[in-house]
Amino acid sequence: MSLMPSYESNINQVNESAVDRIFMLGNTAFLLIITVIVLLPLIFVVSASFSSAEAVIAGKVTLWPVDFSLLGYETIFEHNKVWNGFANSLFYTFFGTLFNVTMTICAAYPLSRQDLVGRRIITFAFIFTMLFSGGLIPTFMVVRDLGLLNTRWAMILPTGIGPFNLLIAITFFRTTIPPELHEAARIDGASDFRIFRSIILPLARPIIAVLTLFYAVNTHWNTYFQALIYLKDQDLFPLQLVLREILIQNSIDASMLIDIEDLVAREGLRDLLKYSLIVVASVPVMLLYPFVQQHFVKGMTLGSVK
Amino acid sequence: MKIDKRRRRGQLWLRIRRNWQLYALLFLPVLWLLVFRYAPMYGAQIAFRQYSPMFGIEGSPWIGLANFERFYNSPKFEPVIINTVVLSFYSLLVFPIPIILALSINQIRSRLFRSSVQMITYAPHFISTVVIVGMLFQFMHPRVGFTAALANMLGQTPPNWMGDPGAFRHIFVWSGVWQEMGFNAIIYLAVLTTIDPALHEAAVVDGASRLQRIRYIDIPGLIPTAMVLLVLSTGRVLEISFEKVYLMQTPLNLNVSEVINTYVYKVGLLSPVLDFSYSTAIGLLKGLVGLLLMITVNNAARRLTDNSVW
Repeated sequence: MSLMPSYESNINQVNESAVDRIFMLGNTAFLLIITVIVLLPLIFVVSASFSSAEAVIAGKVTLWPVDFSLLGYETIFEHNKVWNGFANSLFYTFFGTLFNVTMTICAAYPLSRQDLVGRRIITFAFIFTMLFSGGLIPTFMVVRDLGLLNTRWAMILPTGIGPFNLLIAITFFRTTIPPELHEAARIDGASDFRIFRSIILPLARPIIAVLTLFYAVNTHWNTYFQALIYLKDQDLFPLQLVLREILIQNSIDASMLIDIEDLVAREGLRDLLKYSLIVVASVPVMLLYPFVQQHFVKGMTLGSVK
Repeated sequence: MKIDKRRRRGQLWLRIRRNWQLYALLFLPVLWLLVFRYAPMYGAQIAFRQYSPMFGIEGSPWIGLANFERFYNSPKFEPVIINTVVLSFYSLLVFPIPIILALSINQIRSRLFRSSVQMITYAPHFISTVVIVGMLFQFMHPRVGFTAALANMLGQTPPNWMGDPGAFRHIFVWSGVWQEMGFNAIIYLAVLTTIDPALHEAAVVDGASRLQRIRYIDIPGLIPTAMVLLVLSTGRVLEISFEKVYLMQTPLNLNVSEVINTYVYKVGLLSPVLDFSYSTAIGLLKGLVGLLLMITVNNAARRLTDNSVW
């Protein structure tokens, strides 16, 4: 990560005063503590998910799996509801993000063009939705009247364009594509469609990556609100709603626990299951994130430097 | 003059026509905007009507501010408003934490240490709300949780914090800090890179300590960004909390955890007698309060620091 300024290396680091050395020591300690605080719960969850049900319920697990076992994972993978939720979430995330990114890019490019008449008003119309909205019920009524309730469309269409993401994209186009480029292409006889397809889209790869990430993680994979309001049919539920049933409402299908005779072990499995489920639900995004973190940082930065 | 005007209008028309393909690109996004964002704003007028599905939006009778009065006079009004405002401001109060984190990370010279701290602290951002709240319930479970184990060790009775109304706000806010501080520090770290190194060099020559350089160079450099972000998050603070608050609600903590958003949802979509108009009125009130909050904070920021969004 090359986020940091490198002024430290330019400045003579030979003679640090005692005050500075003490400060740095305290600072390092502070960061170590913060890191441990963030890391501990995560390590605990992973360790617990690989432990035996008895060890989990007895509270023996701390930072390392106790009585290593995959029982939690095996139970989850036999459970259709979780699989189904997983598949649904993949579906919504893939098609939803495709829709979001296409719409955002199609709106952002024209709105970044200084010569577009009405640019300000249209941009404002989008940004205004950040400040004020019709509210839950009126939006619900629109979705209902369009006949989208309890369909997969309800998970995709209403998400559309996030105003913040639109702003980032407009800023990107404005700062990376010089107006002369349009004029040159125009003089060469290219139409706007042609410019968009052959010049803009190839140049837009970084912003497309950022938007894909923002929408996929924040709008689709990790949310449940949309599904909670618009979906009734269990078969359409995304993973997060299934997780909510199991993790929060504590309703675990008895069939998942049926093989276990012993009551205590059954209770233990209940908890073990939750830990395994937490890991399974978070792994896809976590796997993605080392590869895309640079883009995330870029996107956040773009958004802030207006 | 007349000719001039006509010519100008002609030029305008020409510019519009020349760019017709750009408008074609904009067509679907704008259509979407009208249908999914502005149609609901039009529909929000049912807050002032006695909405009934039989008559539709325009056909339902006007009742003025009756829905608002009903909310104002209901026993739910005071607790719901207070809970929302307290939770919102508590959430805003912790905004300096990511700044402190960024300043602290910025001091580290070792590249490896610096990037490891960053990687680790912003990982929780990618965990979903459901999972976070699931973890909270698990950790604070009165029988199998961390807190129970700790209490047993100390010979105390295990607390049931997730059911404890006094603990709800702290758990809500501080788990949010745990999840988001690393991610929110990213922006500040990026801004710190834009500070002119010459300032630091000059300060070092003048014998300034690290702490003094943070105080007089880094922090002033961060204030404009901090103010913009603060104003923006004030506007949204009444909005985003729904998912997490709703998940953290238990029958035991409902008296502090019922906020406008959860109440709107329950009245509008969950109760046996769905009251669309009443629910919309409360939602509208929340929208206005959010807008007002944002304007207030924006003005305060402008007066205090000369930085604001508009």
